[in-house]
Amino acid sequence: MERFKDRLFRGFAFASTLLVILVVIAMGILLLVQSRPAIEKFGFIQFIFRDVWNPVEDEFGGLYAVVGTLLSSAIAIAIATPVSIGIAIFITELSPSALRGIFSSVIELLAAIPSIIYGMWGLFVLAPILKHRVEPWMIEHLGFIPFFDGKPYGIGLFNAGIVLAVMIIPYISSIVREVFSLVPDIMKEAAYAVGATRWEVVRHVVIPYTRSGIMAGIILGLGRALGETMAVTFVIGNAYRIPSTIYEPSITIASSLANEFTEATTDLHLSSLFLLAFILFLITFVVMSIGRLIIMRMGRHVA
Amino acid sequence: MDRYIARIQDPVKIEIRHLNFYYGQFHALKDINLQIAERKVTALIGPSGCGKTTLLRTMNRMHDLYPGNRYEGEILLDGRNILDRKMDLMELRQRVGMVFQKPTPFNASIFDNVAFGLKLKGIRNRRELEERVEKALRDAALWDEVKDKLKENALSLSGGQQQRLSIARAIAVEPEVLLFDEPTSALDPVSTSKIEELIRRLGQSMTVVIVTHNMQQAARVSDYTAFMYFGEIIEFNSTDIIFTRPRIKLTEDYITGRFG
Repeated sequence: MERFKDRLFRGFAFASTLLVILVVIAMGILLLVQSRPAIEKFGFIQFIFRDVWNPVEDEFGGLYAVVGTLLSSAIAIAIATPVSIGIAIFITELSPSALRGIFSSVIELLAAIPSIIYGMWGLFVLAPILKHRVEPWMIEHLGFIPFFDGKPYGIGLFNAGIVLAVMIIPYISSIVREVFSLVPDIMKEAAYAVGATRWEVVRHVVIPYTRSGIMAGIILGLGRALGETMAVTFVIGNAYRIPSTIYEPSITIASSLANEFTEATTDLHLSSLFLLAFILFLITFVVMSIGRLIIMRMGRHVA
Repeated sequence: MDRYIARIQDPVKIEIRHLNFYYGQFHALKDINLQIAERKVTALIGPSGCGKTTLLRTMNRMHDLYPGNRYEGEILLDGRNILDRKMDLMELRQRVGMVFQKPTPFNASIFDNVAFGLKLKGIRNRRELEERVEKALRDAALWDEVKDKLKENALSLSGGQQQRLSIARAIAVEPEVLLFDEPTSALDPVSTSKIEELIRRLGQSMTVVIVTHNMQQAARVSDYTAFMYFGEIIEFNSTDIIFTRPRIKLTEDYITGRFG
């Protein structure tokens, strides 16, 4: 009887796992099948590099959305990485141990806020501040850097990047915190023993020791940023074009899908959206797999 | 309980007076009085949990890295109390170095591992760094084995080599005192004897304090030995006397292997 139960349990666990894997494969196939007309018309690789999106003329290409997706995520990573590492340093090395738990739960709570609320915050609070204060200041002082000059918009890539950064900080910082706590005390003590300060220990021992873990955290954060839909749709401006500055409106794959599925009138339009979805599916799948792989390899290394 | 704490004839580098140490509520060191002789090797021996490592770690205030610890009493380094609130711990630890139970190579090149403390000291001149790294590696008896691969990652070295690298890093900043916390407990016999030889040699030019589980090791490398038991020093004297004619019964029982 016990053996039967055990087998039943194992069968159930196995079936659950299999189910999820099958669903993922089925999704990929569905997307691919639905996007066939677009692939036949434009070609898969050519579609990615086509810089046109014109529903009226029935001409579609993925370049604008792909570029907007990658740029907004890149800005998000550039902002979120140093902040997340700072949070992890503060929580593991500096904060009094009694407050450690409180700080980490508050930061992890950020991940529980529904994304549409981030979008509303980005649109109604962040956008005016960016347009009237932050972006004019950046244009004046950082305008010599390529893509940092131009006009303030408030709504656009930069806004989307900031909103995405806030959304992925809890994920990155919790992974970085986790790997920081894996650094053996003795390694830190060895640095303190030759007169290092706390900052020097973090800089020269903790960060080098956890480099691949930090990388994994960043990649998992990137995976989330690439696919985030609702908040970005609110704040990116949804403009099909190649932005020439970081302030300009743009479009991501996810926001394009959110905006256009209900309005797609022709088969080619619909199929092009499915093709975009398939591209996003591939990008996030690859990015997440790389992140998982790094974590797995690091786990073995630590053990 | 009987105790016998000898006064030493050699010049004193560290003088510990009425030191009490607490981990939270736990009274880990009880009224420690001990003199550490300059340019000699002093060994701390005793059964597990007797407080020898705890005592060692008070001398560079390593305990300060963790909350909830408290010192009472005095530890005088060249006559100055290092338990003083105003003591600069970074400076103290450059004067009182430490080597740990396990090798502690950083994930960096051999050169950068040894140069680590020197760079913290603000030495940037390439030539001076090279000279001092070479000297430290020679003094740590590692130079001949690594001179052609200073740029290689330190993690590629064997355990014994990594421990000598850790010693090279500690001595590169030219500390006056070097603390060893069971430095051979993770090593094979050949590496162990190399490290022991090294400790004896270093003991001629700097003050060395070593914690060891291994009584033969204490007998081989040290000039003075303190036997500790339950947070107290039971007997302290020259190593010769401790191992041939101890005055306290408990010491004799321990070194003859009746417990511990």
